[in-house]
Amino acid sequence: MHPFLPHTDRDIQEMLDFCGLQKPEELFADIPEDVLLKKNLPLADGLSEFEAFRLLEKTAAKNRIESVCFLGCGSYDHIIPRTVNRITSLPQFYTAYTPYQAEMSQGFLQAMFEFQTMICELTSLEVSNASLYDGHTASCEAAVMALQACRDRNKVLYAETLHPFTKQVLRTHFYGTDVVLKEVQAPSGCFSLAALEEELDDDTACFIGQSPNIFGFLEDYTGCAEALHARGAFFIISSNPLSLAVTRSQGEWGADIGIGDTQVFGLPRFFGGPSCGYIAATEKLTRKMPGRIVGQSVDTKGRRAFILTLQAREQHIKRHRATSNICSNQALAALASTVYLSLLGPEGLKETALQNMAAARYLYDRLTALPGITGYAGNPFFNEFTLQLPKPAEQVAAEILKRGILAGVPYKTLDSRGSENLLVVAVTEKRTRDELEAYAEALQEVTA
Amino acid sequence: MKDTLIFEESREGRRGFTLPAAGISGGAKEDFLPKAYRRSTPAALPELSEVEVVRHFTGLSMKNYGIDLGFYPLGSCTMKYNPKVNEDVVLLPGFAELHPLQTAETAQGTLELLHGLITDLCGITGMRWGTLQPFAGAHGEFTAMKLFRAYFDHRKDDHRKKILIPDSAHGTNPASAHLAGFQVVELPSDPEGYVDLEALEEHLDDTLAGIMLTNPNTLGRFEKDIRLIARKIHQAGGLLYYDGANMNAILGHARPGDMGFDAVHLNIHKTFSTPHGGGGPGSGPVLVGESLEPYLPVPDIRRDGDTFRWASEHRPRSIGRVSGFYGNIAVLLRAVCYLRMMGSEGLKAAGTLAVLNANYLKRHLTSLFDSPDKSLCKHEFVLSAKTWKEKHGITALDIAKALLDRGIHPPTIYFPLTVPEALMIEPTETESRETLDSFVDTLKDILTTAKKDPEALHRAPEKMPVSRIDEVRAAKTPILRWRKER
Amino acid sequence: MKIEKDLKYTVSHEWVRLEGKIAYIGITDHAQESLGDIVFVELPRLGDKMNKGDEACTVESVKAASAIYSPLTGSVVEVNDDLEGSPELINQKPYAAYIFALEAEDQAELKDLLDAEAYEKLVAEEAE
Repeated sequence: MHPFLPHTDRDIQEMLDFCGLQKPEELFADIPEDVLLKKNLPLADGLSEFEAFRLLEKTAAKNRIESVCFLGCGSYDHIIPRTVNRITSLPQFYTAYTPYQAEMSQGFLQAMFEFQTMICELTSLEVSNASLYDGHTASCEAAVMALQACRDRNKVLYAETLHPFTKQVLRTHFYGTDVVLKEVQAPSGCFSLAALEEELDDDTACFIGQSPNIFGFLEDYTGCAEALHARGAFFIISSNPLSLAVTRSQGEWGADIGIGDTQVFGLPRFFGGPSCGYIAATEKLTRKMPGRIVGQSVDTKGRRAFILTLQAREQHIKRHRATSNICSNQALAALASTVYLSLLGPEGLKETALQNMAAARYLYDRLTALPGITGYAGNPFFNEFTLQLPKPAEQVAAEILKRGILAGVPYKTLDSRGSENLLVVAVTEKRTRDELEAYAEALQEVTA
Repeated sequence: MKDTLIFEESREGRRGFTLPAAGISGGAKEDFLPKAYRRSTPAALPELSEVEVVRHFTGLSMKNYGIDLGFYPLGSCTMKYNPKVNEDVVLLPGFAELHPLQTAETAQGTLELLHGLITDLCGITGMRWGTLQPFAGAHGEFTAMKLFRAYFDHRKDDHRKKILIPDSAHGTNPASAHLAGFQVVELPSDPEGYVDLEALEEHLDDTLAGIMLTNPNTLGRFEKDIRLIARKIHQAGGLLYYDGANMNAILGHARPGDMGFDAVHLNIHKTFSTPHGGGGPGSGPVLVGESLEPYLPVPDIRRDGDTFRWASEHRPRSIGRVSGFYGNIAVLLRAVCYLRMMGSEGLKAAGTLAVLNANYLKRHLTSLFDSPDKSLCKHEFVLSAKTWKEKHGITALDIAKALLDRGIHPPTIYFPLTVPEALMIEPTETESRETLDSFVDTLKDILTTAKKDPEALHRAPEKMPVSRIDEVRAAKTPILRWRKER
Repeated sequence: MKIEKDLKYTVSHEWVRLEGKIAYIGITDHAQESLGDIVFVELPRLGDKMNKGDEACTVESVKAASAIYSPLTGSVVEVNDDLEGSPELINQKPYAAYIFALEAEDQAELKDLLDAEAYEKLVAEEAE
């Protein structure tokens, strides 16, 4: 018998008898003959746990995992405290369903309330939900919030310096609707207020910016919130939340909605997912917020209790009138980030952010001192910067990989219109001085 | 048990984790940043030692319930057992530490598995090819609706805007279709949840884009006329979408592709045993037939001999990217492991036993409740507590809350909307006969109490960390975050 | 269930009280009862132009979100701000707690509204 199927032959027979049936096939007697499957599914034969694990272990070994990773652009190699996975592996967390039965789900509900609070703190905004799929799709949900909040407007502006994958997800999301997407040029690789004002009109529902942007630069949004609000449009900023420990937050820039991805807080790279999108907004947008939201209330005895709330916004009630179809969230990933932030605390998080910044700055100085290599000039950066190489970046990265170093993301692999000599480099607290030196040496040799 | 928030346990100066001291960090200071870029108010995160953090969250987990604790017959959610080995598989460094922007040559292991998974899922559903990008079931629905849109736009049939959805459908169906730019038309279903063929007939015109169906339907009944429905929709120029929420019932016994569906989404977290994680991450791959293949999202995964690569160039008519990278990979890898262990026979046995368990329970329970029907069901069935409400003032909600006190997660309640006081029960194949028997006894015990002492049920739950919660207060004056008391 | 004799009604359970050209609009006692505790009212904006039958705003309870349809064509000249802080007023005094007021453009539309008797009949029929 199969380990996941408890039925003995006798169980099966007695249960069939009880149902007035003789053979298991009769359970499917209601499936018409021309639909009933008469052959076996085209799958390999079942394996024992040991064999399956072995097989997958071997396949995992076909992936090349380098311990020295300078890849970023939305997924980062940070230190993950061992405690995080211990907590998310607790069976009452990871084998639970969505907390519909609140009295039996106070643990998850409280943890999500704590997550919401932490996101509000980091973004300096008033309301957060209990997570979204990822940072890219969060931009779609934020844009829909803005479109809903200002009605009768159909234009969504986004920065040229937004992650190219986010732009693609936005395009797919609004394909076939009357929403018009328009890119705001960033001639120098940074946000320009003048360029925004050129596109801004009375049809504009919002502008989506990203800081640190795709090249790693921190954007200077001076005057941006004022310009948008004067035209009745909303301001959305996507941010790597680790940067928020030291850099000016979305709320501090006057944004109405802050979005991003908490992969940097305790989540492995996992080849891109699951990560965890976050979204926070000003109080007046509370009821436009998509997805699950946990609220505090009291039970019949007056004790503090938590519950999924503001459900009248959601698809199971509003059906086709709902403004988001989201049903699940990334709860377990959000829990991992909550545990991470609890362990690091304000000082630990700030120290991590500063280490990232210092290491990135050190490597930037080191690399741009090499002959033929210049920094892609612009605003200050956080833990990621872009180099202008004398050769195609893909070629350089492939050469450096031979030395066991993942050198960075060739910008052209994200955006086919981009220059092929740009390399985006991310540096985290995990990188040692020796690794940075080894990188510098490798780059010098490869570009010489 | 403590009931403090993590912020209330915070003491200034504590820390639960330290960073490597060496390296570049020594001189790091904020003044590296020009003032305009600096944060002015620090984020008020909690300060705790490691052991305090561990106790806090372990304590919270004890106020939660999972499938590892006991029976979870939540209808339409397929709460089957989550094999432990899957959790170890995804933490293998080769999987966990792979960066999404590594080149395909350095990610051959994962690409091979994902390619194989699409192939297997196509085999299971009878479709041609698909995408693993969607993050969840609703995201899969939305992706499929965008495929419909692209298909009609390409054929210059862009006036086709009408999507038919049965009134018993899950709310994500109409929401996804509407957000994808379609007009939703609700189709009435008959008391057993079947599509009303006469009502369907009225909508078969040149504005029809398609229909969204689950089969077995929301009441757990197999739609016998499915081939006829498919023929009618196709003849009218429309497409059929299969919501995979109920796929567990027909694993190895029937395939949406053979029924005539053009697009299918699967819930990896339901049918293929991956944990629900308290609400996610899930995964909602979309598989399609020939007509929709050209529009599938990019990037696609292609096989050239023994190597695997990302590919977009062969899909000029693609709807584009639906997820930033390539979906919830670690969830998908768990499903790969599950499928390897189940194999063709194991999967078919899972389908058979899921249906056996549901019919066994249904047979036991129909006499206790109002049941829309007494005939053969598939993986789940719906009961109504209407008579209990009328005679004893006991609602589906009261029964659910009473189950909490008896250590069982209640069924789905008040869904589908077409059945009053609905209790929707899906036992899944991983539950033993003893578990089902004990559930029947527990329900009988609750119903005995309902007659003798209905007030006791209105008070339930009494053994949970909290009793019933004031939902009106939560929604009217929302408190959505903790604040320091001043 | 209360039905006020001198008001006009719609099949979607709004009531209309005419004061000259100004029409005050709310939801009926029957409507508030079936919604349950109202937790939020999304008011229309002053100056919004409505056609008869347009979705004017939403009233939310814990378990439902109910659209309020404009019974007449016109522009919004008043909204009941009290409902922002105290949505329960609709439960307490449904016929006093108007939601918004329109300046009606087309008096001819008035004849499409139901009188109290016809509305009472409608509610009785729906209950069957």
